[in-house]
Amino acid sequence: MSPGVIKVLIIGVYLAALVSLGLFSSRLFRGTSKDYLLASHSIGPFLLLMSLFGTTMTGFALVGSTGEAFAEGVGVYAMLASSSGIIHSLCFFVLGIKLWSWGKKYGYTTQIAFFRDRLGSDKIGLLLFPILVGLVIPYLLVGIISAGKAIEGATRGDFLMLTESGSIPPWLTELVICAVVLVYVFFGGMRGTAWANTFQTIVFMVLGVVAFYLIATGLAAKSVESGRAHEIRDGQRVVRTEPPSGLMDSLHIVSQEIPKARRVRAEVTLSDQLATVEAPEKFRTRERMDPWLFLTYMLIPFSVGMFPHLFQHWLTARDANAFKLSVVAHPVFILIVWIPCVLIGVWATTGLIDIPPPIASDPNKVLGFMVKSLSGDVLGGFLLAGILAAIMSSLDSQFLCIGTMFTKDIVVHYSREDRFSDRQIILISRGFIIAVVLATFLLSLTTIAQTRVFQLGIWCFSGFSSLFPLAFLAIYWRGLTKWGAYAGVLTAASVWFWLFSASQFGAIENWSVDFTLGGSTIHTMPVATIFIASTLATVIVSLVTPKPDATTLEKFFPAADGGRVDDAM
Amino acid sequence: MKYLVWGLVVLLVVLHQDLWNWDNDRLVFGFMPVTLAYHAGISIAASVVWFLATKFAWPSDLEGVTKSASETEHSEAVS
Repeated sequence: MSPGVIKVLIIGVYLAALVSLGLFSSRLFRGTSKDYLLASHSIGPFLLLMSLFGTTMTGFALVGSTGEAFAEGVGVYAMLASSSGIIHSLCFFVLGIKLWSWGKKYGYTTQIAFFRDRLGSDKIGLLLFPILVGLVIPYLLVGIISAGKAIEGATRGDFLMLTESGSIPPWLTELVICAVVLVYVFFGGMRGTAWANTFQTIVFMVLGVVAFYLIATGLAAKSVESGRAHEIRDGQRVVRTEPPSGLMDSLHIVSQEIPKARRVRAEVTLSDQLATVEAPEKFRTRERMDPWLFLTYMLIPFSVGMFPHLFQHWLTARDANAFKLSVVAHPVFILIVWIPCVLIGVWATTGLIDIPPPIASDPNKVLGFMVKSLSGDVLGGFLLAGILAAIMSSLDSQFLCIGTMFTKDIVVHYSREDRFSDRQIILISRGFIIAVVLATFLLSLTTIAQTRVFQLGIWCFSGFSSLFPLAFLAIYWRGLTKWGAYAGVLTAASVWFWLFSASQFGAIENWSVDFTLGGSTIHTMPVATIFIASTLATVIVSLVTPKPDATTLEKFFPAADGGRVDDAM
Repeated sequence: MKYLVWGLVVLLVVLHQDLWNWDNDRLVFGFMPVTLAYHAGISIAASVVWFLATKFAWPSDLEGVTKSASETEHSEAVS
């Protein structure tokens, strides 16, 4: 059996297991749309942790982080992973719990239902719906493109009858995973999604650690075989001849080969090259990152506060205490996934393994290529299944949430009462999901698929982040008015679109908004401009427009909650 | 204690801006670039701070919400 066939068989078995899980969970289906969309608020701490984590860790976290570390160095962890550990849990804590409590009390299923009620404005839904769906589509694209690229990189040379490079073409992988996720989401609903997320999160975390071990030991063995590994003996630096002994020894050998330009964020020139490293020249230099750019990167993780699929997951919680485990464990879970990926990315720059130009020019393929090069066929198949698990564990929630939004916020909301039965609602939801998935799949076949997954993700998350002020103010500021909300959303959407088009729709990598301050130029992430503009518009317009009515304020800010209602700003 | 927890969250954000590490290419434990090791430490510290938050800053008004919502659901089911 050829190596490619072995991998495809293993991945096929894994995908079949997922479909079976969806079918099994459908046997517990209670026949109501509430059960289908929110698992009847029955999810406990462990399932909530795994589904929230699995949902936030997508192709961006595995394929994107490895590729970005390959292109930019270990600083990528500080830019997004450690900041996400602080900010994601903050969002769970300050937004998630409060929204869950209101969702359970007032029966919300979607963000839009909450905002309509809180702002006393029906039309806010019509404004938010296209924006949220429009932002979910690039997020879906990130996952779908990642899957296609990872498998393409990992099967290079295995299927010469299919393509010139011998890889499984990305469109085929993308089509198959979309179909599999659709099947288990359709059958299992939110309960099936939560179970599948848990299963897949365990799979990708365990297999991630296995991949890390295999790649570290494989690269260390190569380093010794090629005579690049050194050791200090009697005060002299001599070539090492003994093979690596275990993981720690391998880690020492391989990491010593990381060029300085991939170890730091400061400027590095060829003359700064470490004496002991023989990395390819293209990885030996880098420009200094602007500290302002680094600081403003921290606004990007605020996006989780407005992810519609995460909102839906929050509402599945059995009780408030179910959130505690997620709040505490999320930062460490991010560490477990990101550190190995970042190290694998920078190890790929050492020259210990030859990265062919088609792979080097498309960092999305680096992880798949490393797995293929340094693991056997059987294990390689499992590792690829792990990569797909991470990607699919986000796609499922996103698929489900866009269907939910369409049916609840548009179809049911604008139909007369009892116009549709629960079964019809579920069918309409499925129809809309198929339409969006098809549109996303077609987009993935265009040149947009050549954009670095990381860059595409950053623009998508920037859009969601710029809506965070609206969510925060809706919960904690009684003075927020519907006009302030309209102003904030419209400002966020227009500034986002203006900057995105200025970056040639993500084609210019690492695009920044630059300001001149005291004679020097500072670079900031576009999200900072959008975030600040959106916040200012929301606050200023709220201050000068009619205040929310007393009934709404009493509903969300009862007097006992702090202060009298009539003293709202 | 609640204010101390929120102070620690702010401190984490400040410590995240580790400009002093930017030019340091040392390997911690012989394999982890120092900036990566430092930020791994930030991730662990974040978990500790959020643990303290669940202990000392957890909202106290949620028990009532959970209870009343459960009662509502129960009465709906019965009727």
